[in-house]
Amino acid sequence: MSYTAWILLTGSLVGISCGLVGVLLILRKMAMMADAISHTVLLGIVSAYLISSSLDGGSMLIGAMLAGLLTAWLVQWFESTGIHSDAAIGVVFTTLFAIGVILISTSVGNVHLDVNHALMGEISFIPWNTVHLPVIGQIPQATLLLMIITIIVIAVIALFYKEWKVTTFDPALAASLGIPVLLMHYVFMTLVSVTTVAAFDAVGAIMVVAMLITPAAAANLWTDKLLTMLIISAVIGAASSCAGYGIAIWLNTSISGSMAFATGILFVFSYLFSPRHGQLAKWFHKPGEI
Amino acid sequence: MECIFITQKQFQKLCKRMVNKVTALSVKNLSSAYQKKVVLDSLTFSIEEGTLTGVVGPNGAGKSTMIKAILGLQPRMTGSIEFFNGKEKKLTNRLGYVPQRGAVDWDFPTNVLDVVTMGLYGQIGWFHYPGKKHRKLAIEALEKVNMAEYANRQISQLSGGQQQRVFLARALVQDADLYFMDEPFAGVDAKTEKTIISVLKELKSKGKTVLVVHHDLQTVPAYFDHVLLLNKQLIAYGPTEETFTKTSLKKTYGGEIHWMGSDQIAESL
Repeated sequence: MSYTAWILLTGSLVGISCGLVGVLLILRKMAMMADAISHTVLLGIVSAYLISSSLDGGSMLIGAMLAGLLTAWLVQWFESTGIHSDAAIGVVFTTLFAIGVILISTSVGNVHLDVNHALMGEISFIPWNTVHLPVIGQIPQATLLLMIITIIVIAVIALFYKEWKVTTFDPALAASLGIPVLLMHYVFMTLVSVTTVAAFDAVGAIMVVAMLITPAAAANLWTDKLLTMLIISAVIGAASSCAGYGIAIWLNTSISGSMAFATGILFVFSYLFSPRHGQLAKWFHKPGEI
Repeated sequence: MECIFITQKQFQKLCKRMVNKVTALSVKNLSSAYQKKVVLDSLTFSIEEGTLTGVVGPNGAGKSTMIKAILGLQPRMTGSIEFFNGKEKKLTNRLGYVPQRGAVDWDFPTNVLDVVTMGLYGQIGWFHYPGKKHRKLAIEALEKVNMAEYANRQISQLSGGQQQRVFLARALVQDADLYFMDEPFAGVDAKTEKTIISVLKELKSKGKTVLVVHHDLQTVPAYFDHVLLLNKQLIAYGPTEETFTKTSLKKTYGGEIHWMGSDQIAESL
């Protein structure tokens, strides 16, 4: 596969996995949590590097998962002691992120891991760092990781579809039905963490938030069905990645920046033109007649 | 002729069950707090199977908290809860919960039929998806609350009363034995109020036990055969005609109560 094809595939996988997880994030009103986890994952990656002194996918994933769960647990704990949830999130993630930044600059030194890379990602390097697989042949490491994570995300959402639906819509009912609401919360946080770390290399910590939130928010404007929303969000995510790459080549600028910009454009388009919730539709329909 | 052999112990148990009514819910010394503020102070009561109980008390009396603490949705500091004399191991399909309407996001991307089907998720079980059979049950429940024509309606397009009827249908489809309803009558239209009353009557006729948090004191004697007066502590619990008196209401509401209408309502009971 050509260099461009690998980048488009990697970008689409980021769009799909983030788009799917993002739908549950915004419906659970946890967009801020995505922002938090996308930053604290850095601490997980640095700690994993310091312990295993390698940057392979496995140790990074475990580090990120633990950091994500630590964030979710700390936020939950602060909340239970009476601190407002937005303040708890703000305090926890900035502190953990800061520890990550300090560790990078003091302990890690000159490896490939640097703050700039962590924040912005570098998708254009991805096709060069390959691993060999038996049947498929040479495949970029980050792309392989994203494929695995995308499959996991789809499987976890599909297998527990009705549980996600009811714990998101009405957690109290879910609990009275015997569904472990808190466990589902932590499973979901793990899902957000691994998706974030898989997308990390491609788009970085800041842009991954755009990939998580914006396609899902746009999809919410097009449909009133959860399943359709998941599909539209994944499609918008993948489309923004590809469009973003095109924009970056055309303007000769940052790829991850262009991808996030493309999600923004698609959101604005949805905001204006979606048939039911779009601003133009609201203009033409008088209040009351839907 | 078919014969059934039972041991003496089983026979005694059977007799006991027929003579003494089963206790659906037994609460012992239940306390709960938000941070350090105590909202429920050592409640002890037990509710007989097949009764319709109105839970009454001023704002902040801990009515919703009590229900949540009983269902395990709110941490409790002390106390023990026993359902159906503690003989049930798997309770999930026997308890039904109707939360306050405002507790959920009505902009959630789903329709009426889907929300009602959620009541069946516990019975459907892990790794299974709702099928035709479940949708049929959901439609039947919707018919009972006069909402069948709205089955495919987006939930964001419902009025407050319709939302409440959807929640009620969801509780009905659960086919539980013990129901907890948090202010189902709050802010609903006359049609919905009638539907709720007929549903409550139907549940009672089927021998179900229902606890309803209720605000409108005027209608308590008409709707409920038992009443539980609560203001952080349990003020009184018992049959409505004995318990729902002016004295105990004054005790529940402190000096705040202004009795609208005739004085006789409470006293004549």
